[in-house]
Amino acid sequence: MSPAYGIAAVVLVSVTTLLVGAIGLRISRTTSDFYVASRAIGPSLNASAISGEYLSAASFLGVAGLILARGVDTLWYPVGWTAGYLLLLVFVAAPLRRSRAYTLPDFAELRLESPPARRVAGALVGLIGLLYLIPQLRGAGLTLRALTGAPTWVGAVIVAGVVVANVVSGGMRSITIAQAFQYWLKLVALLLPAVFLLRAWHHDGAPTHGLHLSDWVEPLQGHYALYLTYSLIVATFLGTMGLPHVVVRFYTNRDGRAARRTTVSVLALLSAFYLLPTLYGALGRVYASDLIRSGRTDSLVLELPHRVLGGTGGDLLTALLGAGAFAAFLSTSSGLVVSVSGVLSQDLISRWLDGVRAFRLSGVAVALAALVLTALSSGLAVAHAVELAFAVAASTFSPLLLLGIWWRGLTARGAIAGLAVGGGLSTVAVLAVMVGANPSGWPGALLSQPALITVPLAFGTMVLGSKLGRRDLPVHVASTMVRLHAPEAIDLDRGTFHPDRRTV
Amino acid sequence: MTDEPPVVRVRVTGPRGGRPRPMSGASQIDARTDVGEIYMRALMRTQLRLALGVTAVVLATIGLLPVAFTLFGGLGRTTLLGIPLPWLLLGGGVYPVLIALAWVYVRRAERNEQAFLDLIRPK
Repeated sequence: MSPAYGIAAVVLVSVTTLLVGAIGLRISRTTSDFYVASRAIGPSLNASAISGEYLSAASFLGVAGLILARGVDTLWYPVGWTAGYLLLLVFVAAPLRRSRAYTLPDFAELRLESPPARRVAGALVGLIGLLYLIPQLRGAGLTLRALTGAPTWVGAVIVAGVVVANVVSGGMRSITIAQAFQYWLKLVALLLPAVFLLRAWHHDGAPTHGLHLSDWVEPLQGHYALYLTYSLIVATFLGTMGLPHVVVRFYTNRDGRAARRTTVSVLALLSAFYLLPTLYGALGRVYASDLIRSGRTDSLVLELPHRVLGGTGGDLLTALLGAGAFAAFLSTSSGLVVSVSGVLSQDLISRWLDGVRAFRLSGVAVALAALVLTALSSGLAVAHAVELAFAVAASTFSPLLLLGIWWRGLTARGAIAGLAVGGGLSTVAVLAVMVGANPSGWPGALLSQPALITVPLAFGTMVLGSKLGRRDLPVHVASTMVRLHAPEAIDLDRGTFHPDRRTV
Repeated sequence: MTDEPPVVRVRVTGPRGGRPRPMSGASQIDARTDVGEIYMRALMRTQLRLALGVTAVVLATIGLLPVAFTLFGGLGRTTLLGIPLPWLLLGGGVYPVLIALAWVYVRRAERNEQAFLDLIRPK
């Protein structure tokens, strides 16, 4: 195909993102603007922005590729990524907004009243953010290669560059607008080609060859399938609430009530989007099953229009898909870089630099680190790589948030022990898989989906560690509980913690 | 505060006896009294029970699908409108369930909070 359309699409999305960022530059002035857009964003804009930020390379490209390769069991990925928002809604959304913390380390400090707990949480935000950035940059490389034939590092460098320029210039408010736009771009970019593809498929006489293989079409046919599926469910259902770039979004709601209402809209927007990758996966089985053998299933979405339709129509739809894919990389990477550099600048660099400059420097550092790690990591499927970041989040921040919000008994010591156990074990598994370890039998199953083991261990360690030192209960836990749970409509003493005036 | 009888100034010389002036729930919470604690714990318990209830529904429906597919192998081969049942459920059917549960949750959670506010607001 001609690369001209593809290049035009990628340039258009990148330039638009930068322009929206430049507009944001004029309206974001203070550090608080940068971190949370001053919390003045309405629920519907915020819901689009949250969905836009959340739908990453894994959702746009990876899921369809996994469905093509492995069939019905991989439908649990999008189901879990959506259901994760339901659990986030019922356990975390309103209390987290009411905590008035900017970041997960802020929450850890507020609830546990412990500087070491804050530092551990900060390190985990950096770790999860980087693990999640790697598949985004990898997806960008694959996309640009599919569109133009460029080597894979080019796409990664472009995305990292645009994200840094955008983050450095505008902070979060510009990103909110850009990401709300990017949700709708991603939806249209996947929906419109799907309509044409289905029409062409129908025109071909609706062929179904390739769709009847029992270990593809029927659930739970592989080895350890039940364990792998439930481990995937645990990681995705609980991991969503622990992702730094998701959590930071909730601070931009007006109050706890708005946070809940936003989350319901997010569930609807995600559900609409996730109907589409299944279609691509199934059509891929009919038209592009050779991608499985060549190990390029992550490119399926981009290759289908060309194979099914061909001609200029196929080229244009491929360009549209490329634009959507780049929107996915840019929005998720921006969100990740903003949240990770927010944490880095607050906790490390702000000792030497003022807030906004520390934030900018951190953004550059995070993007560079992600580029290096992307070059070092092996060719893991994009959706699986993202899901491994969920496994780490589910093994660390999920128990911290759930126990911290709903159980007064959680102490700093218990929380740190749990974060260390859950984070340590899940990270070992994730890193082993990322560098290409693939042992046979149970060890392989445990490494590739560690959450079913590591999440209960993290919860157990936190509870046990807290029970052993009951005298270490945070002094202000009663105030904190009032702050987390009492509706804002009434004036109450909610303690003195404020992330801008930290005492440690 | 306006409906209270006018306060007459008296000099208190000894430890205050008798029944203390009734406090609103909000001031009980602010003063961290036992009653205030009970109000807060009651709110948390109601909201946690609601959250756990929603989670239980998710687990009993969506969460049991893998077990159901394992126990009843025929389920995985059943088709509806030409589409295999697991694909229909996981590819689309679960999403309306998730949205409906979220909607029910938000309504109930807000109702719980309103009840809490009615209880503790100064009369």
